[in-house]
Amino acid sequence: MKQFLAFVRKEFYHVFRDRRTLFILFGMPVAQILMFGFALTNEVKDSKIVIMDQSQDRATQQIISKIEASHYFKIQQNIVSPKQIEEEFKKGKIKMALIFPSNFYNDLMHLHTAEVQVIADASDPNVATTVTNYISAIILEYQHNLNLNLNLPYRISTEIRMLYNPQQKSVHSMVPGVMALVLMLVCVMMTAISIVKEKETGTMEVLLVSPLRPMLIILAKAIPYLLLSFINILTILVLSVALLGLPINGSILLLIAVSTLYIIACLSLGILISIKTSTQQDAMTISLMGMLLPTVMLSGFMFPIENMPVVLQVISNIVPAKWFNIIIKAVMIKGLGFGAIWKEVLILTGMTIFFLVVSLKSFKIRLA
Amino acid sequence: MDVVSAHNLTKIYGKDKVTAVNGVSFTVSKGEIFGLIGPDGAGKTSIFRMLTTLLLPENGTATVGGLDIQRDYKQIRKQIGYMPGRFSLYTDLTVEENLNFFATVFGTTVKENYDLIKDIYIQIEPFKKRKAGKLSGGMKQKLALCCALIHKPDVLFLDEPTTGVDPVSRKEFWEMLKRLKTQGITILVSTPYMDEAVLCDRIALMQKGTILSINTPQAIINKLPDRLFAVKAGNMYDLLRTLQRNTNISGSYSFGEYVHVVLSPSGISPEDVQSYLQQQGLTEIEWKKATVTVEDCFIKLLRE
Repeated sequence: MKQFLAFVRKEFYHVFRDRRTLFILFGMPVAQILMFGFALTNEVKDSKIVIMDQSQDRATQQIISKIEASHYFKIQQNIVSPKQIEEEFKKGKIKMALIFPSNFYNDLMHLHTAEVQVIADASDPNVATTVTNYISAIILEYQHNLNLNLNLPYRISTEIRMLYNPQQKSVHSMVPGVMALVLMLVCVMMTAISIVKEKETGTMEVLLVSPLRPMLIILAKAIPYLLLSFINILTILVLSVALLGLPINGSILLLIAVSTLYIIACLSLGILISIKTSTQQDAMTISLMGMLLPTVMLSGFMFPIENMPVVLQVISNIVPAKWFNIIIKAVMIKGLGFGAIWKEVLILTGMTIFFLVVSLKSFKIRLA
Repeated sequence: MDVVSAHNLTKIYGKDKVTAVNGVSFTVSKGEIFGLIGPDGAGKTSIFRMLTTLLLPENGTATVGGLDIQRDYKQIRKQIGYMPGRFSLYTDLTVEENLNFFATVFGTTVKENYDLIKDIYIQIEPFKKRKAGKLSGGMKQKLALCCALIHKPDVLFLDEPTTGVDPVSRKEFWEMLKRLKTQGITILVSTPYMDEAVLCDRIALMQKGTILSINTPQAIINKLPDRLFAVKAGNMYDLLRTLQRNTNISGSYSFGEYVHVVLSPSGISPEDVQSYLQQQGLTEIEWKKATVTVEDCFIKLLRE
């Protein structure tokens, strides 16, 4: 036990004396959560639009003020000729143009129908779709209010509710993804490198010629990273709640428990990599190429797995982050209990045991 | 009693079947300083790694402290101290931290075995708060020796402990080994420096994975049957060329500022060589009898 503690203390010395390690451990999670939370978002906010209002009556004024009130748009300027609109699009400054024809209110009142033209810059189709949807919603709402006092014979009104994430904030799907990514990075890469480093610098040679059991060496290497990852999870959660306004709907204890399981899964993967490689370079390449990319691409955090080709869907099953992503969304955002995630928890546990068994079996008690 | 005994030890590396150690046998008795002497690539490190249970031999057997290196590796690892050829301590840990770490790993404390390392540790103690990576070459080796000694091993394996160390520190290092010997510790040491060979009790001269000769340094020197002379001349290059042209001379090679001339016991007389050199027009000839060193024996063995 004393040997073990001395070893763990030594590992902490290594971590705290290496600035690069410290940065990856603590700087990166914070930077990533802030980046994904604030900068890299797929929401369309404050899109610049121009409005050409040829009618300038009660109705158009009301619609424009509604648009102005929403935080989705920023009305650039009032335009008088269609030519100007084209110029604005060509400059690439606006995402959309809205054109009210003359006599808008009169047509609406007397002919019971009025037209409004929406022109969107579809060079980015996602943005174009999103902004036209927003604007349609605003106009529909106005129309709905007009009809409140009228009795129309037939009408289907669709009532949409966005469950769990009513405002469809991207932060909600980003935070679990970032957690999966950061933990993958810290646990897999850092653990793998720290063990391989001993091989490379020759200290492993001395450790092997000592009464230390291999199991003990590996465990002592993993413990500091387990603790540090734990701190990382707490940091990410505190940041997400305090800065990004992310709700934690489920049990915090369950959330921490499943995160710890994922950490252990990653640690055992890191250990496995370190045992199979002999240089820091190799360990880093495998952790980055072999682990980080699938985590980003195939965990369902960036791209929905359902839309992928079958082959990729099958491959995604061996990515631990995929299961963690499902678990954490269920617990954190949907607020579900253990009953809903036991299957995924079982899969992660199985993976962990597999990695550990293979590691122990292939740990070399000699140099070659 | 033999503390270390190797029998027909063979090590072959990789797919190319490079034979690093080829059927080496030797024994080391308790409290002996046994030296493996040879150039780089002679197989010294491979032998050390096999004896320290880090590598398995392809052929042959060996015991350390009566334990088989293959079967009883766990027990052997408790009883030996090993200092690899490359500096293998934690460079980001201080001198003190390194020592404490290795003491704990081997289930002991610095305090418990301080007597053993005291002489050595005193020299690096002023720098105990310094990171091991910032120490000079000699101090690094002293620290590594302390770490290898801290658990009071029965056998100490030192792989080229003085390579890259200044002459003064080298001398100190060997004095320390002599003192350790008096404590009953058996020491196996390897070195590429021939002048260190005489400091061992017994040496094995090695070349290309085989042992050329095993004996005490003095016996190896005494066994050289040839007459050995040291020669100097105005033009050293011409001198060497001229000597090598004469087939009656067994051997000639540069040795420091002299050229060593080897004459077989019953061959050409030194006077004849001297007059031969004068005939060939060499000037300022200085001729004297040379004391035989291990290096001369090694060169002789290599030529055979």
